[in-house]
Amino acid sequence: MTTAVASAPAATTRGARTPTRSRRRSAVWVGLLPFLAYVVIFLAVPAVLAVASGFFDSKGVFTFDNLKALTNPQILNQFLASFGVSAVTAVIGAVVGAVICFALMGTKPDGVLRTVVDSASSVLAQFGGVMLAFAFIALIGTQGLLTQTLVHAGWVLNPLNHFGNNGTLLYQVPGLVIPYLYFQVPLMVLTFMPAMEGLKATWGEANATLGGTRFTYWTRIAMPILAPAFFGSLILLFANSFSSYATAAALISQGGIIPLAIKQATSSETVVGIANVAGVLALGMVIVMVILMSAYGLLQRRAARWQR
Amino acid sequence: MSATRPLRFGAEPSGVTRAVILIVAAILFITPIVALIEFSLRVGQPLKGVQTYGPLHYLAIFNPASSGAYQELFQGIGNSLIICVITIVIVLVLLLPTMLLVELRFPKLRRVLEFICIVPITIPTVVLVVGFVPVYSAVVGIFGSAPWTLAFAVGVIVLPYAYRPIAANMAALDLAVLSEAALSLGASWGSVLSRVILPNLRRGIFASSFITIAVVLGEYTIATFLSRNVFQTALVQLQRTDPFVGAIFAVFALLFGFILLLIIGRIGSVGRNRKAS
Repeated sequence: MTTAVASAPAATTRGARTPTRSRRRSAVWVGLLPFLAYVVIFLAVPAVLAVASGFFDSKGVFTFDNLKALTNPQILNQFLASFGVSAVTAVIGAVVGAVICFALMGTKPDGVLRTVVDSASSVLAQFGGVMLAFAFIALIGTQGLLTQTLVHAGWVLNPLNHFGNNGTLLYQVPGLVIPYLYFQVPLMVLTFMPAMEGLKATWGEANATLGGTRFTYWTRIAMPILAPAFFGSLILLFANSFSSYATAAALISQGGIIPLAIKQATSSETVVGIANVAGVLALGMVIVMVILMSAYGLLQRRAARWQR
Repeated sequence: MSATRPLRFGAEPSGVTRAVILIVAAILFITPIVALIEFSLRVGQPLKGVQTYGPLHYLAIFNPASSGAYQELFQGIGNSLIICVITIVIVLVLLLPTMLLVELRFPKLRRVLEFICIVPITIPTVVLVVGFVPVYSAVVGIFGSAPWTLAFAVGVIVLPYAYRPIAANMAALDLAVLSEAALSLGASWGSVLSRVILPNLRRGIFASSFITIAVVLGEYTIATFLSRNVFQTALVQLQRTDPFVGAIFAVFALLFGFILLLIIGRIGSVGRNRKAS
C-alpha cells in the first residue's frame, strides 16, 4: 500500500504539473509540523515539566531530596487512601458492570436500548465529574433526599450523616466510593461489552452437543475466554479512579487522596516542608499509571485473540 | 414447550434475567438524578417533615433582580462555549489534516499518531496540569490571560476522544484509492478534499466535534488549576452559595451531554446499517 501511494503521483501526473508536484511532495512533510509543534508544546513539555519539577529544589538546583516526600507518612497515607478507593471501586465496578454487560448480551447493537445505555454510560463515565458530585449531595448529603428520609423515619444518626463520628459520609474519603461507582460501572460497560460480544454462539452450541450444561459453558468456556478482558478492564477502572479529580474536588475541600494532595501542593508551596511536592506526587502518579497501563496492554493483547 | 421457549446454549440471558438486571441497574442509576431534580424543586426548609416544592429556583434564574448572583455562571458558560469553538477548530485544523496526511502520504506513521493521541488518557489530567502551570505563564506572555487560551490545554485532553471517531471512519474507507480515483479523473487536490474525502468523513467529523463539546463542557481540572472561570468551575462556586440553582444547571448539563452522545450514537449506527446493506 505504501508503494502504491508513493508511486501514485507519477502515474497520474500530466506533463505540465510535474514541477508543482515534486515541490508539493517535498513540502508535504511541512504539513505534519503544526500538529507536531502543538503536541510538543501542550503535551510533551507539560508532561516532562510536571514530572521533572519534582527533581528541583526551590532555588532551581537539581536534587533527589524531594523524593523523600514519598516516604512522608502524611503523603503515604493519601497514596494508600487513593489505592483503597481505586481498588474498591474497580472491583465492585467491574463485577456490576460485567453483570450489566451480561444482561445486554443478545440485544441489537443498533437498537434503542443499546444506544441509550451507551450514551448514558459515556456521559457518566467521561463527563459526569462535578455533576455527579452534586447528584450525590442531593441524595446522600446532609440535606439529601435519602439522608433526610432516614432522619424522618426516626434514624437520626444514620451512617449517611454520622459516619465514623466524622459527620456526613459523602464528604469523607470512604464516601467517595459511592459517587465513584457511578462512573466506574458505566466505564466497565463501555470497555467490557466488546469482549462479551466476542463470545460466539457456535461455542455454546458446541458445548451443548458435547453434553455440557450452561454452567459448564460459563465455567469452562466463557469465563476463561473473558478473563483477560475482565482483568484488563478492572485495571483500566483502577487507573480511572486513581487519576480522577473533579468529583473528589467538588466534595472534599482538603486533601485525602493524591489528586487532591496535588492541588493542595500547588496552591501552598510547602505542605510538608519539601519543595515542589506537586512534582513529586505527579511523578508518583505517573509511575503507578505506567505500571497499570503496561499490565493493561499485556492483558488487552491476550484478550484481543478472541475479538475478531 | 421448546416451541414457546427456545433452548438457550450460549451466553445470552433469559428475558426475565435480563429485565431484572436492567431494571435494577436503571433504578440505581436514575435515583441520584431524581434526587438532583427533587433537590432543585425544594422550597424552604421542611415543616414537620413535610417539604414544599415549587419552581422557585428555576424562576430565580430568569429574575433580573437576582441576575447578579448568576453572572459568574453565565460568564463561565460563555467562556466554555468560546473554548468549545476553539477546541473544535484545533481538532479540525490541526488533528484532521494531520490524520489525512498520515493516511494518504505517511501510512507508516499511523501507529505513531495513534500512540500520541492515546497518551493523554494514560497521563492523568491532574499530572498534566502541574506542567501546564509553567507552560501557561509563557502562553499568557504571548496571548494574554483570556479564558479562550485554555482551549490549547483542553485540546490535548480532547485528542483521544476526537481521534477515535475520525480514525474509525477512515478505517472503513480506502481514502488512498478514493483520492487516486478522483485524481485520475482529473480532479485537483482541492476538489478531492472538498468533494470526495470530507463528505465521506463527515460522520467521523461530526462525532468528534460533538464529543469535543461534551468534553469541554465537562472539563473542570484544567480550569481550576489555572484559575480560569468556565462552566464547571462556576458551577462549583455557585453550589456553595446557591446549591439549588447549581443542581438545576447540573441536571441540564447531564441531559445536554446525554443528548449529544445519543446523536453521536445515532450517527454511528446509521453508518453501520449502511455498511451492512
